[in-house]
Amino acid sequence: MIEIKNLHKSYKMGSNTLHVLKGINFNVEAGELVAIMGSSGSGKSTLLNILGMLDVLDEGSYTLDGVPIINLNETKAAQYRNKFLGFVFQSFNLINYKNAMENVALPLYYQGVGRKERQEKALKYLEQVGLKEWAGHLPSELSGGQKQRVAIARALAAEPKVLMADEPTGALDSKTSYEVMDLIQKINDAGNTILVVTHEPDIAAMCKRIVHLKDGVIVEDKKVDQVRASEYVQ
Amino acid sequence: MFSRDAWKEIFETIQKNKLRTFLSGFTVAIGIFIFVVLYGFGNGLTNTFNKFFGDDATNVLFIYPGNTSVPYAGYKANRRIEFDNSDLKDIEENFAMFIDYVTPRINGNGMVKYKNESNGYRTRAVGPSHQYNEKTIMMKGRFINDLDIENKTKYAVIGRLVEEDLFGRENAIGEFIDITGSSYKVIGVFQDDGGDNEERMIYIPYSTKQLIDKNTDKINQIILGFKPQIGYSGAMTLEKSIEKFLKSKKFINPNDQNGIFINNVADNLKQNQQLAKVLQLIVSFVALGTIIAGIIGISNIMVFVVKERTKELGIRKALGATPKAVIGTILLESIFITTISGFFGMMMGVVLLSSMGEKLEAYFITDPYIDMGIAIFATILLIICGAIAGYVPARKAARIKPIVALRDE
Repeated sequence: MIEIKNLHKSYKMGSNTLHVLKGINFNVEAGELVAIMGSSGSGKSTLLNILGMLDVLDEGSYTLDGVPIINLNETKAAQYRNKFLGFVFQSFNLINYKNAMENVALPLYYQGVGRKERQEKALKYLEQVGLKEWAGHLPSELSGGQKQRVAIARALAAEPKVLMADEPTGALDSKTSYEVMDLIQKINDAGNTILVVTHEPDIAAMCKRIVHLKDGVIVEDKKVDQVRASEYVQ
Repeated sequence: MFSRDAWKEIFETIQKNKLRTFLSGFTVAIGIFIFVVLYGFGNGLTNTFNKFFGDDATNVLFIYPGNTSVPYAGYKANRRIEFDNSDLKDIEENFAMFIDYVTPRINGNGMVKYKNESNGYRTRAVGPSHQYNEKTIMMKGRFINDLDIENKTKYAVIGRLVEEDLFGRENAIGEFIDITGSSYKVIGVFQDDGGDNEERMIYIPYSTKQLIDKNTDKINQIILGFKPQIGYSGAMTLEKSIEKFLKSKKFINPNDQNGIFINNVADNLKQNQQLAKVLQLIVSFVALGTIIAGIIGISNIMVFVVKERTKELGIRKALGATPKAVIGTILLESIFITTISGFFGMMMGVVLLSSMGEKLEAYFITDPYIDMGIAIFATILLIICGAIAGYVPARKAARIKPIVALRDE
C-alpha cells in the first residue's frame, strides 16, 4: 500500500538546516495497523505529514497504492488526499460552526457527492462510531472523546485507502483513549489500513506493528501481538 | 463553482458567522449609502442654483444708467446718465444681427385699488418682449402688445397674487383698477416661477407710463435679448460693443466704470454654475473618499476573515479541498455579502434622497437625486474591490500548506 525508499527531509531554520528524516525505508501492506513511535523531535510527525501529502519530501520516493507521489501541485495533492487519505489529528480539527454530521460530510462535499447522499453517508459513519444521536450537535457540545470519534468518522467518510492518525489520543484521558483505540482497532478489523503516530507505549501496543523512530532513522520495526483495547473498556 | 452545493455551503457559513457577515455587510452598505446621499446632495445643490436662475431667460443683458466718475468731452464728473426711447431704437438698429428683442423697463410702485380693496404693488412699464426675458407665463388674457405701445392704452397685466389679493375669486379680466390715480383695464393675469414677489407685479405699456409722467421719453433700463446662437463668447463681445456704443453716444469716458452698467445674465449664470460645479466636485470628492474608506474597510475585514479562517481552510485542504475550491468559497462569500449589502445600502440611499424632495431647501438642497448609473457603478466598483481585497488573502490562504495551518500554536 505504502512504499517509501530512502526518504530525506530537512527544514531550513534561518541559516541552519535541520535534517529531520535521514533516509527512511518503509513499507505498509493493506490492512496493517502500524504505530509510529518516537520521542518528540524524532521525526515521526514529519514522516506522517509527508505520507499524508501535507508536506513534500526532499529526496527519495513515495508510492501510495501504486501511484508515485511526486511533483504534486496543490490541486493534485488535494485530490489525492481526498481520494486516498483520511486524517485524524490530536486536536480533532473539527470545523467549529458545523455540526457533527456536516463535519463528517465535508470530505464528501469535496468529492462532489450529492447532498442527500452526503447526509446519508455521514449518518452511517456517525452510527459506526456510535454518535448517531449527536449528529446535530456542534463540536463545542461534544466531549473530547466524542470529538475524536466524529473526526474518525469524518476520516472514514471519504473511504480512504489509508487512515492516518497523528497522536489521536494525545488530548484524551486513558479511558477515552482506550475507547478511541478500540474504535480504531475495529475499523482496522474491517480491513482498513491505519497508521498511528504516538509516543505512548500502551497505545502503540494496541497496534499490530511498531516502527520506532529515533533522530530521523528507523531504529526498530517489529510486529507485535495486539492488545485489544476492548479489554479496558467496560 | 456556482453549483447549488457551493451556494448551500456559503449560506451555511454566512448563517453561522452572523457577526462577521454583519460587520462586512454593514461596512459596504454604509459606504455606498453615504456615497449615494452625499452625491445626491451635491446634485440637490446644483438644482437649487438652477432653480434660482432658471426663472429668467439666460440670453439677456440688463443695461442700467449710472453717474459718470470722470469728466469727459466738456462734461463734468458725476453727471447722471439717462436713457430715452432713441437709445432703444439705436440699439435695435445697430445690433439687429445679434439681438432678438429690446425692451425698456420703467420701475414704479404705488397704491392699487379695486372697489374696496387696495394695496401697494410694484409696477413695471415695459414693452411686449419683456414677456420673454422674465419668462412670464400668461394664465389668462394676453400680455402687452405693440398696438398698446403705439396707442398708449391704459391696460394692465397683473400677477396671479395681485388678482388673488384684489379680486378674491372674481375674474379680473376686463375690470378696471386704479393705479396711483389712473384707471387701467386688466387685460391679462400671469404667473412666474420667480416666486411671490414676481407674482405681485403689475405690467403696463411703457409708452402709457411715459405719457402719464408728463410725456417724457426717459426709461430706467434697457433689457436686451440676444440670439442664443451667438453663444457665450458672442454675448461677451456684444456686451462690450454695446457698452462702447452707448458710452460714445452719451459722451462717457471709455474707461469710466460708472457711467453705464451692463448685467449679463449668461455671465452670472455661468459663474454661479461654476460655483455649483465646484461644490459638486467637493461633495463628489468626499463621496469618493467614503467609497475608498469602504473599500479599505472591506479589505480589512477580508484579511481578518481569511486570517481567522486559516485553520478552517487548513482542515478543508486536508480533507481534499483544492486551492481553487478554497479561493472560490471565500470569494463567492465576499462577493455575495458585498453585493447584497451594497445594493441594500444603495437602495436605502436612493430612498432617502427621493423622500427628501424639498425638505432641505433651507440648506440650498432641492430635490437631491443620484443618477442610477452612477449609484450602480459605485456599488459594482465596491463589489469588485471587495472581491480583489478578498482574493489576495484568499490566494495566500489557499497556498498555505495544510500542515502550517493546522499547527496548534
